[in-house]
Amino acid sequence: MKMKKKKSKYVSYAKWGYIFLIPFFLVYIVFSLLPLLSTFYNSFFENYMVGLQHVGPKFVGFANYASIFSNAELGTYFKNTFILWVLGFIPQIIFALLLASWFTDLRLRLKCQGFFKTVIYLPNLIMASAFSMLFYTIFADMGPINNVLEAIGLPSYRFLSEIAGTRGLIALMNFLMWFGNTTIVLMAAIMGIDTGLFEAARIDGANSLQIFGKITLPLIKPIMAYTLITSLIGGIQMFDVPQILTNGNGNPNRTSMTLIMYLNKHLYSKNYGMAGALSVILFIITGILSILVYHYLTSGMEKAGVRKSKKNKVKGA
Amino acid sequence: MKRKISSLVLVVMMLVMTVAGCGNNSASSSGSTVETAADKQGKVLNIYCWNTEFQDRFEYFKSTGKLPSDVTVNFVVTPNENNAYQNALDAALLKQNEAPADEKIDMFLIEADYALKYVDSDYTLNVNDIGLTKDDVKDQYQYTQDIVTDKNGVLKGVTWQATPGLFVYRRSIAKDVLGTDDPDKVQAALATWDKFDSVAAQASSKGYKMLSGYDDSYRVFSNNVSAPWVDANNKIQIDPNIMKWIDQTKTYTDKNYNNKSKLWDTTWAADQGPKGQVFGFFYSTWGINFTLLGNALETPEKEGGKQEVGNGIFGDYATCTGPQSYYWGGTWLCAAAGTDNANLVKDIMQTLTCDATTMKKITEDTQDYTNTVSGMQSLANSDFKSAFLGGQNHIKLFAEAAPKIDMKNMSAYDQGLNEELQKAMHDYFDGKVTKEKALENFYTAAIEKYPNLTK
Repeated sequence: MKMKKKKSKYVSYAKWGYIFLIPFFLVYIVFSLLPLLSTFYNSFFENYMVGLQHVGPKFVGFANYASIFSNAELGTYFKNTFILWVLGFIPQIIFALLLASWFTDLRLRLKCQGFFKTVIYLPNLIMASAFSMLFYTIFADMGPINNVLEAIGLPSYRFLSEIAGTRGLIALMNFLMWFGNTTIVLMAAIMGIDTGLFEAARIDGANSLQIFGKITLPLIKPIMAYTLITSLIGGIQMFDVPQILTNGNGNPNRTSMTLIMYLNKHLYSKNYGMAGALSVILFIITGILSILVYHYLTSGMEKAGVRKSKKNKVKGA
Repeated sequence: MKRKISSLVLVVMMLVMTVAGCGNNSASSSGSTVETAADKQGKVLNIYCWNTEFQDRFEYFKSTGKLPSDVTVNFVVTPNENNAYQNALDAALLKQNEAPADEKIDMFLIEADYALKYVDSDYTLNVNDIGLTKDDVKDQYQYTQDIVTDKNGVLKGVTWQATPGLFVYRRSIAKDVLGTDDPDKVQAALATWDKFDSVAAQASSKGYKMLSGYDDSYRVFSNNVSAPWVDANNKIQIDPNIMKWIDQTKTYTDKNYNNKSKLWDTTWAADQGPKGQVFGFFYSTWGINFTLLGNALETPEKEGGKQEVGNGIFGDYATCTGPQSYYWGGTWLCAAAGTDNANLVKDIMQTLTCDATTMKKITEDTQDYTNTVSGMQSLANSDFKSAFLGGQNHIKLFAEAAPKIDMKNMSAYDQGLNEELQKAMHDYFDGKVTKEKALENFYTAAIEKYPNLTK
């Protein structure tokens, strides 16, 4: 009798596990899976508003996809998005690595670390839209930056009318907003490394650069990959900063129009068909990229696993 | 089994969505039956608008005592930015049939650029049906009625203001460039676009800019087109007059005749102030007394500045008709189909847009130019003077310009296409793209907004 009770208790633990998982799956199905599937469904219809008149819904097969691919705009916006992401990500990862290794360096023993960590994280707390409005005002044709340039005798620069100016500002904002976050993630990764490794290297006469290149970097590689993926997915969905800075136009000449800004353009006419088709294409692109990165990451882990098991064998023998 | 279940779920879901898709019908009450029986009028008046301007005007209606004391007036205000007002209004109108009587929209306000979107729909009522006769509206400017007349010739809205535009110039700069600041002589020098261009060259040689930016003269050209934006086959057509604007603005930009600003940006506002070096601006009624006056002061009124000569360039502006007549802005009142307050809506319309006494009072109080031909004519012939314009009676020029405005070539797409064309052309003026590429970008943006149109 007692035995039986124990057994049933053991089984019910697993059951509770599943029950506790239900809310997640419920929320996921209602708010993610169903909208996703209905996007696929909507993409096959002509369905939009012209003023107060509703056109469609009419089944048109792959016509929406055909019209997206036929005007070759998608490639341009994909390229824009990628350029904007790379421009922001490269300085972001460099600065984050530098700061993270300084903050965690045992010999430097920086003071007021908490203060600095807070300060570099602060830009991320400002709303992206407020941040873009601020930059829009500061870098306006007759804004403070141009006033300063003129005051020190330099020619004024119309930032938001130049491709380099606009893209540069967007990249700068993304960099400022996210480098603090990346720094903290990387610091956590570096602090996870056994300090004995650093001490041993130093006793062996390695300099800081060698320690960083030969010990720190290889050991935080998985976290770097994680940073890369999250940043990449965030990059594909880049919207708020360029949307507000360029007033939704991606000017000049649509060179700072990102994929999601293009998607947003279909909102005006509530064009479910075109927006749906575009979303499906984005879904597929993001899917492919994620699979590629995931594959790269897991294969790296397997290698590490192999090495570990070999070591154990040697130890055992 | 699992696959079976998931495919079943999918099929059911698609069916549900198909049914949901059928639920949207765009038909609405035809509006032929308007309830005007006195005992069937509602007690809540819902008015949709985008700012508080009309609330101020509504006080003039209240002061007549025609507002029944047991009626509650609700102003539903949604700001205009990013199309938010139209989105809110559309959402409410689409639900108009199902809404309870006290929540239905009774009256809403629209602007000229998108007027036809509502006027050509069943959501607006014929003003004759709610009791406003042809005789009531005969003193209004013709163009204000053309804008809100639907394709069958039915008048669907009325406005209390007319907004003819003028060219407002700086007296001091005109004296320097033309040797005179007399409005008649300056007008003679600017009477055609060719003359306007040669004055621009003269101004430039003295270090001034003729216009502030790219969009300043746009309305003057776009109000004088020979055909609507979109033809009967839904094909976008760029009028020769619009092409003239593109070419003129490009020339002005390349020759440094303008300051490369955009409407409403800080450069544009600064150009109108004491430090501005710009010859003049195209502005309509409201723009002169509110926007331009505000920008012209050295010490803003908020900081204790007064509207008087000596504060900035107050008194240094004057107006003339300019090369072509045009209008800019304006607010129209429409009665919503399904309203349960038709009689009250009629009273509001009649008082604010047909009653010359009320309208003249509005003009005298606020300097708003009201929609009464006779009332404005009498003001034009009076000794009315604007201190801001150096003592000029600009009402006289407005009264001359207003009857010349011709708005027969409007389309329901004006707002979207005007905006997109201006945006696309900025790249061309900035020298970033060729004219062909800029036009191509315009078509792309236009068709994104209106998928039913073709190039």
